[in-house]
Amino acid sequence: MYVKLSHGGGAKETRELIEKIFLKHLKNELLSNEDATIIHLDGKFAISTDSFTVNPIFFKGGDIGKLSVAGIVNDLSVMGAKPLYMSMGFIIEEGLSFEELEKIVISIKEEAQKTGIKLIAADTKVVPKGLCDKVYINAAGIGKVIKEGISASNLQEGDVIIVSGPIGNHGAVIMAHRNDFDIDIDSDCASLWEAIEPLLKEDIEIHTMRDLTRGGLASALNELSQSSNVEILIREEDVPIEDPVRGFCEILGIEPFSLACEGTFVMSVPKKDVQKTLDILKNQKLTQKAKVIGEVIKKGKQGVYIQTLYGSIRYLEEAPGELLPRIC
Amino acid sequence: MCLAIPSKIVEILDNNIAIVDTMGVRRKASLELLNPKPKVGDYVLLHVGFAIEVLSEEDALESLKLFEEILRYEDELKQ
Amino acid sequence: MKMNLSNKDIVLKAKDKLIKKVEKLGRPIKIMEFCGGHTHAIMRYAIDKLLDGYVEFIHGPGCPVCVASMDRIDLAIELAKMPNVIFTTYGDLLRVPGSYRKSLLDIRSEGHDVRSLYSCLDAIDIAIKNKDKNVIFFAIGFETTTPPTAVLLKKAKEMKLKNLFVVSNHVMTPPAIRYILNAGISHIDGIIGPGHVSVITGMKIYKEFDIPIVISGFEAFDILKSVNMILDQLINHERKVENAYTRAVTEEGNKEAQKLIEQTFDVRDTFNWRGIGPLPKSALKINKDYEMFDAEKVFDVKLPTSKEHPLCICPKVIVGKAKPTDCKLFGKLCTPENPIGSCMVSSEGACAAYYKYQRVELCM
Repeated sequence: MYVKLSHGGGAKETRELIEKIFLKHLKNELLSNEDATIIHLDGKFAISTDSFTVNPIFFKGGDIGKLSVAGIVNDLSVMGAKPLYMSMGFIIEEGLSFEELEKIVISIKEEAQKTGIKLIAADTKVVPKGLCDKVYINAAGIGKVIKEGISASNLQEGDVIIVSGPIGNHGAVIMAHRNDFDIDIDSDCASLWEAIEPLLKEDIEIHTMRDLTRGGLASALNELSQSSNVEILIREEDVPIEDPVRGFCEILGIEPFSLACEGTFVMSVPKKDVQKTLDILKNQKLTQKAKVIGEVIKKGKQGVYIQTLYGSIRYLEEAPGELLPRIC
Repeated sequence: MCLAIPSKIVEILDNNIAIVDTMGVRRKASLELLNPKPKVGDYVLLHVGFAIEVLSEEDALESLKLFEEILRYEDELKQ
Repeated sequence: MKMNLSNKDIVLKAKDKLIKKVEKLGRPIKIMEFCGGHTHAIMRYAIDKLLDGYVEFIHGPGCPVCVASMDRIDLAIELAKMPNVIFTTYGDLLRVPGSYRKSLLDIRSEGHDVRSLYSCLDAIDIAIKNKDKNVIFFAIGFETTTPPTAVLLKKAKEMKLKNLFVVSNHVMTPPAIRYILNAGISHIDGIIGPGHVSVITGMKIYKEFDIPIVISGFEAFDILKSVNMILDQLINHERKVENAYTRAVTEEGNKEAQKLIEQTFDVRDTFNWRGIGPLPKSALKINKDYEMFDAEKVFDVKLPTSKEHPLCICPKVIVGKAKPTDCKLFGKLCTPENPIGSCMVSSEGACAAYYKYQRVELCM
């Protein structure tokens, strides 16, 4: 069976699609038939929204469903908030098979279970073939803040920069697929709550946490530098990068620092808390390869620098727009 | 592009196409520019999807070692 | 396997050695690295910084994207704009602005079908899948990239493809070296010769030149080794061609590839290089046997009069007469996101390499 335009018509066929695929897997006591879901909240909350498009929708280590849940969970987690509820809107291209759609819905269910986040509002629309690429998902999430003060503008002079794992895996997997390459790694796509929760519960002075998404490490560090008005220095030698990602970058002449990640984050803590932080991270499956990669060297001026293997220092720039392979 | 790392031939398909591996990334490469044809296990230099030369690992490691020796030899001369 | 050739200790040791040799020679030296791949490696590994004050690297014209003249980019844009065309080329050429600052990427966003290929043979699949469209492959590159285009032409003929066309912008290394040595460009002590070009051509093409030339690989240690060999020649008052990339380059080169080039291409009487202008017998055109695939013969496009940005000094940068930082546009109006000159486009272009790997002196 394939999704037809009539599945988006709002009538019987729409209800059928929702019953047979969405409710079958995602039903819970709060996901109702009403126009809006009513919830009771008390305290400080974080809210985030994000849209997900990825080609291919199924990739090594995940799919667009898992990516959407993890994306929302991670945005909330790095703000010190425990993910509670989410909403999702699906824009489906006519012709997507029920089988593929159901696979995506199942992985949404499975990924949500890992964190305990609940889908409490959802919507589907179907657009004619060619007007979207298989399926787009827009998601929003709410989380309860359990640790305050974590902010992109809170980097302090002397802070140590830690990355939670090897960088660039998601970007390499996706680009490899598009170039018809076969690569020996999975996307890092994962919900980071289980790795971040123990950090929030410990007595650690976390100044900043940011998940690395599009634009990779280079973009995240440049954003942090601008938000906090600080200079950051990292060391090339210390940035964890797996061999296939290195090989992939060599083949296309691109830099691993600009490749996307979907389950990796950077954080900054004062020196006194570095060991404690690393001990906790290294104890978690998702972050066992966490590493100190550099530090905040000065406040009052922006800039991100990288010390190369042979000791000289250069700017770590964000990649310009589309990553294009170089020819010579 | 001038890819410095050698790639290993892991499989030879029809039509002069081989699967090559570079540090855990595998992709197709054309063998049209090589005569005689390389075999599985050979290391090749790649350029825009074409194997342009067969390399030997010993040669490569040898050239590094040789350079190291030159440096050492010149050091000794000085002392 | 991993050929771990970027051995840090060796590189740092070699650096001390080279500095001592320069001191022995009694003056700093200038070396031109011809190939853009080497420029990229020198900047990436910061070798220019390691040898700062002792060896100055002058960046040569060996970047195919950078030497593509304005009229060739304009030709690409006009071809891509034709109805019913799928226009294909290699990676970062898409970003080069033609006259009036439009690039192939801009043309794509206007709705034209412009694609970047990893291998030129992918154009065959595209042609087969799109029988109702004309597929054009815009071929750029030096001797290394020419044989793949030759294979493409041969296959197109074998398969009797009617909707695949090629534009040849293939250029040759020796005429460019000849130009640089004759143009009275600031004194050069030696040349680091291109690695992969030489894999194809062999060492024999450099015999005519009366200057130390060392063919190099692309690892940090390869480049230092080549600088070392040039220094030895200078100390011993020699001028010869040497091979520091013996693991890949031979005297005769890749004969199969040379044969394919001969079978499909003829030498053009003259060809426009960006920054250099017309250079006689410096480029290749598709020969008579394959002219049915030659887009320049098949399609009749009108080209706008090409126009360079008045302040852009790419032409001087390409031949080593100026440094990227001498340009008023550099890093301000001209950046990799929004390039004006071709040298800012390709990551082997001197300007892009300078921009990306700008050195920072930190007081810590």
